[in-house]
Amino acid sequence: MATTAVPAHAAHINEHAFDEQSGIWGWLTTVDHKRIGVLYLFTALAFFIIGGLEAEIIRLQLQGPNGHIVSAELYNQLFTMHGTTMIFLAVMPLSAAFFNFLIPLQIGARDVAFPRLNAFSYWVYVFGGIFITLPILFNVAPNGGWFGYAPLTTKLFAPGLNIDFWVIGLQILGVSSLAAAFNFITTIINLRAPGMSLMRMPMFTWMSFIVQFMLILAFPVITIALVFLLLDRFFGTQFYETAAGADPLLWQHLFWIFGHPEVYILILPAFGLVSEVLPTFSRKPLFGYPVMVYSGMLIGVLGFGVWAHHMFAVGLGPIGDSVFSLVTMLIAIPTGVKIFNWIATMVQGQLRFTTSMMFGIGLIALFTIGGISGVMHSSPPADLQQTDTYFIVAHIHYVLFGGSIMGIFAGIYLYFPKITGRLMDEKLGKIHFWINFVGMNLTFFPMHFSGMLGMPRRIYTYDSGQGWDTFNLMSSIGAYILAVATLIFAYNFLKSRKRGEIAGSNPWGAGTLEWTIPSPPPEYNFAVLPTVTSRYPLWEGDERDAESARINSQEGKTAEDLHIVMPYNTIKPAIVAGGLVIMFSGLIFAKALIFLGAALMVTSLYSWLLSPLEPEHH
Amino acid sequence: MSAPTAGHYTATGLDSRKIAIWAFIGSECMLFVSLISTYLIYKGRSVVGPYPHEVWVSPSGEHFKPILNIPVTSASTFVLLMSSLFMVLALAAVQNKDLPKRTRGDRILGSSKLWLWATAAAGTTFLGFQAFEFTSFVHEGLTIRTNLFGSSFFTLTGFHGAHVTAGVIWLLTLLAIDYRRGLGPKDALNVDIAALYWHFVDVVWIAIFTLVYLIK
Repeated sequence: MATTAVPAHAAHINEHAFDEQSGIWGWLTTVDHKRIGVLYLFTALAFFIIGGLEAEIIRLQLQGPNGHIVSAELYNQLFTMHGTTMIFLAVMPLSAAFFNFLIPLQIGARDVAFPRLNAFSYWVYVFGGIFITLPILFNVAPNGGWFGYAPLTTKLFAPGLNIDFWVIGLQILGVSSLAAAFNFITTIINLRAPGMSLMRMPMFTWMSFIVQFMLILAFPVITIALVFLLLDRFFGTQFYETAAGADPLLWQHLFWIFGHPEVYILILPAFGLVSEVLPTFSRKPLFGYPVMVYSGMLIGVLGFGVWAHHMFAVGLGPIGDSVFSLVTMLIAIPTGVKIFNWIATMVQGQLRFTTSMMFGIGLIALFTIGGISGVMHSSPPADLQQTDTYFIVAHIHYVLFGGSIMGIFAGIYLYFPKITGRLMDEKLGKIHFWINFVGMNLTFFPMHFSGMLGMPRRIYTYDSGQGWDTFNLMSSIGAYILAVATLIFAYNFLKSRKRGEIAGSNPWGAGTLEWTIPSPPPEYNFAVLPTVTSRYPLWEGDERDAESARINSQEGKTAEDLHIVMPYNTIKPAIVAGGLVIMFSGLIFAKALIFLGAALMVTSLYSWLLSPLEPEHH
Repeated sequence: MSAPTAGHYTATGLDSRKIAIWAFIGSECMLFVSLISTYLIYKGRSVVGPYPHEVWVSPSGEHFKPILNIPVTSASTFVLLMSSLFMVLALAAVQNKDLPKRTRGDRILGSSKLWLWATAAAGTTFLGFQAFEFTSFVHEGLTIRTNLFGSSFFTLTGFHGAHVTAGVIWLLTLLAIDYRRGLGPKDALNVDIAALYWHFVDVVWIAIFTLVYLIK
């Protein structure tokens, strides 16, 4: 970033910028990665609550035998939308909130490489999320499972609008993830501050970096699978038409080539967050940093070679089964390495059991349980007993709730003071942790047993006398406890935002770059681009790190004072996103909308690309 | 097109847009790999004709020759490959805009407008060939709904055609800028990025031409 003076423009520019930054218009037009991160955080938490409510209704239905609170049809919509919402609208965007807020701060940059593209990603996500969520109010929500197996989702077997909303909604959300991934890859490669070599990057940034590569390689595959399904449904092609000779497994292969990397896309950011939490509250550098990086890479690579373990039941033959079984067992090794490195980080550390630390340790414990049940069904004969039972539901929730969500909570408690300038209430936080911990285990641990006793996934009700009643009741009680935990969290979050204790720049005594700047950070992040000489500049850096930190910790300076050129706010990315969603929705509502949306998208895209990002610097 | 990051510090010294386009191309590879794999998996699985390389007898007893027209597609492939050469010359012309042009040859080689037009025209010609091919296939009874070959063939080549179309629009946009204010060395990166995309779309066509048309 240029720090040269711009006397002629400066006064006008900053006045302009500040006018636009206040109020709703400011949020609609912002291109600041921190504000976009906050938007992601709030939106994703809202979707997390919607997805949670869907789960609560599911648990209410299954609380006892022969429950009939919702119909079979609505039940299908509920479990489909619970999975779709939690994966695409809650956990991925919660990770994206941290990508946005943290990556530039951790590498010493003033923003992401393409600030307007970043705003575009967010708006596509919001509009796509609304598009896929609203139909449940009209009883036409997607009902084919989050995996949407074709041919079952072709017009022949699923004639309603339900799957149309799912296909188009996911297509829209894919655009958001891809655009964001190009942005973050470029940001991490290109905007690292002087001295911030790849092997000095904080572990969260490293894990995010790997995730972005997985995103750009995995999402095109599901895009094509969805294009085939869309063409089949709207234009009569035969990709999934078995009567025409189509392979009934085509969808499953394409979907899981995306779907398994997706699992690591969901968990690696949480691993990254925990790798910030544990050193901070052990007051020790992360144990085995290079090994953590390489095991993350290995997970990323192997993650593309295990997809068929989701398909053992289809009968791939002994060679296919063996290969995918072995690679699945292999991928447990780098994951196990991470677990042991986290534990070693804590050994002989000065441990402080803050809420964030407790969630971090919670992740280690609960993810390990999920990881071990995962290795159990890497063996095809065992998998054949477990597949499509509640055992699998237990497994995925131990890795995604016990892993991703615990990691994200650890991250929220750690970074809340950086985001808002205020600390979250630790007492309420610990109550949240314990209720959450008990609720989580009470909900999901009994599912191992109901699964082993043969309870199939996705059934909307069940008869008594199969040994499932008690376990289901336990799971349902656990789910209600989780609802209480989430309410406590929501209260703490909203209360602390306004009335929390003032945090200061580094309330935890952490060591990485984001803690050298004021909380909340100024719009330009760093008054001077920091010079980095170590992995933990605040702990082990030399006088150059100390000098950067001293300058950057000063509060109250505006970009204008420092002659830093900031990008203009603009509504155009939101309009392009709106045009895109209108265009796609035209497939369902009216053909005219396709042309209207396309016209809106193209004209506003040209207007965006031809207008300058920021005032010219001299 | 978008505001340059020139003057900003970058860790690699490269402009961010250059890194982003390479990431984009990497992602696009997976898109076409998925399309091409599906085409190859479905090859020979159609239960009714027309077929790409085999003689086909319709239920009414009519004989049809194999539907892929390799000589015509070879011509369109040649045109598309030449467009990559024109694109290289267009980029060179923009990069060297400020060098003195002494001879007539210098002036021709140094005309960014000429080479951008040539590239766009070659791309459009390729699209014309594709439109001709699609129309004649429909006349011979092959549509996107006819069989698995039709579905996977039209989707694969249609996706590629859409990429060429986007490229032509990109080139025409650059031309519009060239006419309005003249493209010079400071715009070289914008043209370079368009060129990378254009060459990528060409390379994809080489894979499609080989795997779909040439290999029986």
